[in-house]
Amino acid sequence: MRDIDLEVRAGEALAIVGASGSGKSTLLAILAGLDTPTRGSVTLDGTDLFALDEDARAALRGRTVGFVFQSFQLLPALTALENVMLPLELAGRADAEDAARAILARVGLAERLGHYPKHLSGGEQQRVALARAFVVRPTLLLADEPTGSLDAASGESVIELIFELNRSYGTTLVMVTHDEPLAQRCARVVRLAAGRIAQTK
Amino acid sequence: MKTFALAWRMLARDWRAGELRVLAAALVVAVASVTSVGFFADRVSRALVRDAHQLLGADLVLVSDHPWQPAMAQEIARLGLERATAVTFISMAQTGAGETARGQLAGVKAVSENYPLRGKLRVAPAPNAPDAPAASGPARGTVWIEERLVTSLDAPVGSNLQLGASRFQVAAVITLEPERGANFFNIAPRLIMHADDVAATRLVQPGSRVWYYLYAAGARDGVAALESWALSRLARGQRVDNLESGRPEVRAAIDRAERFLGLTALLAAILAGVAIALATRRYVERHLDGCAVMRCLGATQARLLALHGLEFSYLGAAACALGCLAGIGAQTAIAAALGEVLRADLPAPTVLPALQGFLVGLVLLLGFALPPLAQLKNVPAVRVIRRESGAPKGGAIAAYAAGLAVLAGLLVWQAGDVRMGAFVVGGFAAAVLGFAVIAWGALRLAASAPVARRLSGGSIALRYGLANLRRHARGNAVQVASLALGLTAMLLLSFTRNDLVDAWRRSAPPDAANRFLLGVQPEQLAPVREFFGAHRIDVPDLYPMVRGRFAALNGRQVQEGDFGEERARRLVEREFNLSFSEQPPAHNVVSAGRWFSPGAREISVEEGIAHTLGWKLGDELTFTVGSESFSARLGSLRKLRWDSMKVNFFVIAPPRLLQGFPASYISAFRLEPGAEKAMNELTARFPNLTIVDVGAAVKQAQGVIDQVITAVQYVFLFALGAGLLVLYSALVATEDERRREAAVMRVHGASRRQVTGSQRVEFLAMGLLAGLLATIGAAAIGQLLARRVFELDLPPSPELWIAGPLAGVLLLSLNAWLSARKVLTASPALTLRETV
Repeated sequence: MRDIDLEVRAGEALAIVGASGSGKSTLLAILAGLDTPTRGSVTLDGTDLFALDEDARAALRGRTVGFVFQSFQLLPALTALENVMLPLELAGRADAEDAARAILARVGLAERLGHYPKHLSGGEQQRVALARAFVVRPTLLLADEPTGSLDAASGESVIELIFELNRSYGTTLVMVTHDEPLAQRCARVVRLAAGRIAQTK
Repeated sequence: MKTFALAWRMLARDWRAGELRVLAAALVVAVASVTSVGFFADRVSRALVRDAHQLLGADLVLVSDHPWQPAMAQEIARLGLERATAVTFISMAQTGAGETARGQLAGVKAVSENYPLRGKLRVAPAPNAPDAPAASGPARGTVWIEERLVTSLDAPVGSNLQLGASRFQVAAVITLEPERGANFFNIAPRLIMHADDVAATRLVQPGSRVWYYLYAAGARDGVAALESWALSRLARGQRVDNLESGRPEVRAAIDRAERFLGLTALLAAILAGVAIALATRRYVERHLDGCAVMRCLGATQARLLALHGLEFSYLGAAACALGCLAGIGAQTAIAAALGEVLRADLPAPTVLPALQGFLVGLVLLLGFALPPLAQLKNVPAVRVIRRESGAPKGGAIAAYAAGLAVLAGLLVWQAGDVRMGAFVVGGFAAAVLGFAVIAWGALRLAASAPVARRLSGGSIALRYGLANLRRHARGNAVQVASLALGLTAMLLLSFTRNDLVDAWRRSAPPDAANRFLLGVQPEQLAPVREFFGAHRIDVPDLYPMVRGRFAALNGRQVQEGDFGEERARRLVEREFNLSFSEQPPAHNVVSAGRWFSPGAREISVEEGIAHTLGWKLGDELTFTVGSESFSARLGSLRKLRWDSMKVNFFVIAPPRLLQGFPASYISAFRLEPGAEKAMNELTARFPNLTIVDVGAAVKQAQGVIDQVITAVQYVFLFALGAGLLVLYSALVATEDERRREAAVMRVHGASRRQVTGSQRVEFLAMGLLAGLLATIGAAAIGQLLARRVFELDLPPSPELWIAGPLAGVLLLSLNAWLSARKVLTASPALTLRETV
């Protein structure tokens, strides 16, 4: 990656698109503080991410960032409800279960609380992942190909849900995708090629 | 506080999802086996020692050459112990009168009514008639005599004999006297009478050579207290006898049993450690993604470590508690099942083994689960986006080394025997390393491009199978090594154990000698041999025996006072049985120095007595035989098997050195039931011969050995359980990955046969390798154990070499079939979804 200069305003929806290997995922990992760049800085809500150590970055993520992944990344040993409770439990919140139930109802999974990920369809799994991402009321949602593993219909309903939640929580959205129509629904589209920003719309 | 609660919830969730079951089972089996082996070994060895005390007649025997001070009897009473007494002396017993008068020196033993306190005297109504235990000692006015006295005095049961100033009626023939150890031929034939009759015989006068015995029995603490109390107050001519000094052959059997039991506990603990390591490894592999997600969700490294550490600690505490309970339950059940064999109630269990088991479990968990768990925290969070940023690497070996070190310390402590502990731990570490290196090398070689091309021909299944071998070389090497380890344990516990037990039984075979023949004169050798041949009794080996006294060491005259130890003083006081032979006896092993050449002025000495008397290789020893003496250099030390029931000599010289001295010949042989009459003929034809019936004593010793062996066999079952668990853990270790691969192959249109075929090749190769390694391991460990620990000869076992590799192949084939079935019957999509 080089010469990346990107500013995302609060509440904005930004899509990062590009061919495979163009550096989309790497950019996302760096924005999240999961990966460290050799040079450069990322400022999140006024905090320089790489001035913090790994644990402090993790704590910051816990407070402000939600994640949605292409491969869902639900914990297989936990039920849908427990997967959503996990970030709240890690934060030490006493109302974890109530909050998780409420948001799972909101994503339409009130009847599937006790199911394990392997017994949920792909679309359902991604909705659980969305609930997990939003349950901490993040100021920033990072989504990595959120529909990449889904069929068209499930993908569509997941997208609707993302934008709906994004609106109602006022979350900033940064989404990596190679799905053009999906990208077009974001206010801004950044196109990457060979590790550089090729175009911004 | 929140971390504690969350860890608890994580435990409940992981448990419910089945993630921890193998690990928990490993822990429970580990603790249960260590605990029950501990419990059982503790109780059985105490029961065995107690049983063995029957061979001593008491728990502790105090011996003095002058009457015991009253304080001793008072102390026995004060400690709440039972007490019996005896006096022994040599006296002439006589029968008949005038022309038909007969006399024979008898070893008289006058006992209190409650003698013996442990075990029973056995008596018969006539020589070679069926015997039975006696309820108490002989009644006043009667005596019990040994077969030799019946013959030499012609004094059958019911007749009278004269002893000093009194006449006694012969009431029974003694077939077994508990205390009579291996040294019976130094004592005149036994006559037992009532203690209260001694005064009337007027045989015990001031200056008579009389031994006074005090027997004590009771609670262990009391006996121990008495022993230390007595030891600190012994006067000259007094000594304390316990099992070690009293019955070396029985002590040897018990020592061996304790080593067997200790070893089993060691093995169970090690195997459990391996199972735990394998199960944790699997847990960690399955939880890498989860931990990466948790890092994304804001968990710090310290938090992750704390959460998992706590989760495992909770699990460990619960599993250890369960294991302890299971251990107690199991050992109670086994003790009940063994009650008949052990014939005696086992002493109550103590709490120590439970503590030990608990501690072992926790150490195993911390030593083997913590290192891989600690890696979890290092998982890069970016793994959630890029899966290939895989597992954290490095540090694994160092971490396991720490676990192994802790375990080693623990095992050595548990074995209570540094030498054996070091043997097992060292051997184990070497085996693990060796197995892994050989497996890795062999797998790489079998799968190397040129070899694979030649091996596979055109077969896709073969090519994929071999490619798998190469691709998984490191993982497969670990799996093969752990499989080999589990199999080694199983082979060791099945085949090698049987061989060891057989070898042990053979050391005191059912056809062991039950008669000793004494006093054969040189000119009688040929006719005696002829007699045995004519009566179809195996002609026994007759060993020459010369009686001599130890006179000087390196030219310096020896005196009784030179020796502090009572046993040494006794040895010096009496005559040695010296023998001569050109070859070392087959049942002896030269343990130091070299066996003499026929012309040398050298002797060979039993190592125990050399130690007691302070003789060193190269010392010049002088013996007097009659009025003459000879000197020779100590050229070699020999190890004897005291439980072999063969004729053994402390000192053996070259024939040239002893041929000029008067010798008689002795032998040990087996007399089958029904042939007893021939013995009466033998003594009638050669009246100077003495035949000693040791059948009852042999049976008694064999009874102890049989009990010990049975107990040991039962205890082995636990280690077997731990071994099975290792096998299972090793088999499931790579299951996830294999199922995923098979599903991917199915997705891409591989046929059932291609999927199973390629896995079959891989498993076959790994199974064969694991089986071979395990066989080599089991054979090597078996030999090492046999030679170094148990001092037995273990012949190589052909069955082992067939069964070992076969077991490896079968086991992995079965596993391949089962896991393939799982994959093939489920839809590939489901498999992939589950295993992604």
